[in-house]
Amino acid sequence: MNNTIHRISEFLVGLLFGLGLILSGMTDPGKVVGFLDLFGSWDPSLALVMGGAIAVGFFAFSLAKKRTMNFLGGLLRLPNSQVIDRRLVIGSLMFGAGWGIAGFCPGPALVSMASGQPKALLFVLAMLAGMVGYELLDRFIHAPRKAKLNPS
Amino acid sequence: MNIDWQHFTPWASLIGGLLLGVASAAFILINGRILGISGILGGLLPPKVGDISWRVAFLLGMLAAPTVFMALVPAGFASEPRIDAGFWTVIAAGLLVGIGTRYASGCTSGHGVCGLSRLSPRSLVATLSFMGAGFFIVYILRHIV
Repeated sequence: MNNTIHRISEFLVGLLFGLGLILSGMTDPGKVVGFLDLFGSWDPSLALVMGGAIAVGFFAFSLAKKRTMNFLGGLLRLPNSQVIDRRLVIGSLMFGAGWGIAGFCPGPALVSMASGQPKALLFVLAMLAGMVGYELLDRFIHAPRKAKLNPS
Repeated sequence: MNIDWQHFTPWASLIGGLLLGVASAAFILINGRILGISGILGGLLPPKVGDISWRVAFLLGMLAAPTVFMALVPAGFASEPRIDAGFWTVIAAGLLVGIGTRYASGCTSGHGVCGLSRLSPRSLVATLSFMGAGFFIVYILRHIV
């Protein structure tokens, strides 16, 4: 029973997030690129999207930091990594480049795919391939190298 | 700098942003998880026993959003999508986004919204990096090439 409540809640949160992406304009790559085009004709909408989201999120996470359990009685999983390394910066630079080229980030791409856009489907397939590629790279190149550096 | 008033949608974007915030708030407080799309999706590649159903439930909710939106707002999407990128460009961009978000452990939702909301220095660095790269690449593509 508890599991069912979890699944329903996760579904509804996903739905709400998807609705927010559509309403905000994030599912329109032209709007994303319009925001990133500081030196052209600039569309500031996305600043309001981020501002609105963080305004609510700030209070939620302040409360979350004081708790160890979530409202449904399970663990509250806050990330504990503080590491700022090459992976974080290079990965983010790659992501930002792809985001600027096509105007899609992962969430809006999934939602646009579901609304039946062929280019969004193509983007999602390439993105999934990239994610699988990362997993393979991590498993066969990074992990063995790390093991060699830190023999246990 | 000049403002693109024609495409600027302050109210829809602000309200949409608030919804994203409410969803992120609900996910951490009710389900105890960070709402980060690349992480939720990437965790299914490959799927791990006992760590599948919550990801699938969330993603199905997201995929249902266009249908529900059309039912609620029959007039259609706030703005008609404009996709300029061609076939190979879309593929290259998708690959970069896929590898980059997994390498950096997060994207616009996980680092940008949740990370900044909880004042994480790590997420601030990630957000500045992907925003910076986005501004740079669009500058190159729109004004140099």
